[in-house]
Amino acid sequence: MALSLEEVGRIARLARIELAPGDAEATQAKLNGIFGLIEQMQAVDTTGVAPMSHPQDVVQRLRPDAVTEGDRRAAFQRVAPEAEQGLYLVPKVIE
Amino acid sequence: MTLQTLKSLADALAQKKTSSRELVTDYLARIDARNPAINAFITVDRDGALAAADAADQAIAAGHAAPLTGLPIAHKDIFCTEGVLTTCGSKMLANFVSPYDAHVVSQLKAAGVVSLGKTNCDEFAMGSTNENSFFGPVKNPWNLDRVPGGSSGGSAAAVAAGMIPACTGTDTGGSIRQPAGLCGVTGIKPTYGVVSRYGMVAYASSLDQGGAFAHTAEDCALLLNHMAGFDNRDSTSLERAKEDYVRDLALPLKGLRIGLPKEYFGEGLAADVRGAIENALAELRKLGATTVDVSLPNTHLAIPAYYVIAPAEASSNLSRFDGVRYGHRAADFSDLAELYARSRAEGFGAEVKRRILVGTYVLSHGYYDAYYIKAQQLRRLIAQDFQQALQHCDVIAGPVAPTAAWKLGQMADDPVQMYLADIYTIAVNLAGLPALSTPAGFSAEALPVGLQLIGNYFGEARLLNVAHQLQQTTDWHLRRPGN
Repeated sequence: MALSLEEVGRIARLARIELAPGDAEATQAKLNGIFGLIEQMQAVDTTGVAPMSHPQDVVQRLRPDAVTEGDRRAAFQRVAPEAEQGLYLVPKVIE
Repeated sequence: MTLQTLKSLADALAQKKTSSRELVTDYLARIDARNPAINAFITVDRDGALAAADAADQAIAAGHAAPLTGLPIAHKDIFCTEGVLTTCGSKMLANFVSPYDAHVVSQLKAAGVVSLGKTNCDEFAMGSTNENSFFGPVKNPWNLDRVPGGSSGGSAAAVAAGMIPACTGTDTGGSIRQPAGLCGVTGIKPTYGVVSRYGMVAYASSLDQGGAFAHTAEDCALLLNHMAGFDNRDSTSLERAKEDYVRDLALPLKGLRIGLPKEYFGEGLAADVRGAIENALAELRKLGATTVDVSLPNTHLAIPAYYVIAPAEASSNLSRFDGVRYGHRAADFSDLAELYARSRAEGFGAEVKRRILVGTYVLSHGYYDAYYIKAQQLRRLIAQDFQQALQHCDVIAGPVAPTAAWKLGQMADDPVQMYLADIYTIAVNLAGLPALSTPAGFSAEALPVGLQLIGNYFGEARLLNVAHQLQQTTDWHLRRPGN
């Protein structure tokens, strides 16, 4: 498998990472090197093998549907690039 | 300089031979002297450390000292520390002051430790050399032209250079064991789920595990006693009774069966590293252990499976860095989409971007089964290999890395080459097993070599016992670098 330049651009858009003009080719070469490594997986027959997501195969714990966290909005927004009156500021998205 | 362990410092404090302020002042001076050449610290919290030391001295004087009260340590800069910078080695978080403490940080604080600062690491823990840090590479104290390993390179180098007696770290594919090996210190990665990931900035959540660096296995056990334990805030934390990791240190090794996987001693292992490992194994045999050949036939699949699972989880975890809620925001943008894309392009380094892109692709529509599910199936085969092998032995031993520390820049432009150097550590994370690295002599170029010991689930105490016994009859862990 080899990624085309077009696919590299598509992935970068999905990942919300701007690729500088001229970076696409270098990125493509490096990614194709990595996919060359990954493709070794396909040589193994894994029919019937259950996927493993946690070594102990534990399931997610449930908890009562109750509020456990206090209001720390001011502390959390102090590290925001731009916040005002308890709101995060971003460029206008609705005209 | 005599080796100062947490244990010896704790004894000196208990006997009133020193104070926490004196210890902290001494270690701050060592950081001032050695860090400029080694770059192991991103942040030194001088004022916070001295204030905590004074509080510790008051607690000791009042007779209510906790087990680790007054002992200096540092945290890998991936653990959130309230009021202190937490950068993850990234431009993205270069100004990020966490509003809360990670579970590990608060647990160790409660046990009385004094944090001197935050250690350098590969950006978001992605790397094997510490060259992927926005704050510059860490140098190996044994030879400043060499890498310290990664991603917890700053933690390992800081301990090796005597800038701190012990340090926290994280291990997703070898990030504690490999730098411990390359820097000649002891480092343990516990069983997945034993140490809470709360407040440990996430890279690959199904693999990430916090652990410890120190000079000795005994010190690692002391730290682990306070780091491990169930935490409701980590959804994969395991509900188990508290363990005392010191309890088995003194057990004799007579009758211990050590498995030697043939895949860890084959082609690619440098002759000098092999020689050092064989010497260490000979010492363990002298202590009464026997060795048995075992096989981990799917070892070669660990790296491909890891480079699907880890980037997939990273692409999801790192989507939180959007230039809106915290972290870097680009200066120029015309709309929200551009704000995201530019902030992330500017804030992330090259390797982090590559892994996000790989992860985005393998999780994109139509590819999920072919990559992520396939990798999780291989993960099970790899975990089953270990269970097979552990039917014939109590612990598995082998090298941590195929070579001793390599030159800075040597693999910097070849990610795949760099990935392959993690061949002996990655499978352990996929299986979720505990493992440690303990000093095992030196390479032909007088660089440290690490012996890796891998145990079965929750076998930390046994691993620490084996390393401790080895450290009672060898002096590799006592040797200090010139830098």
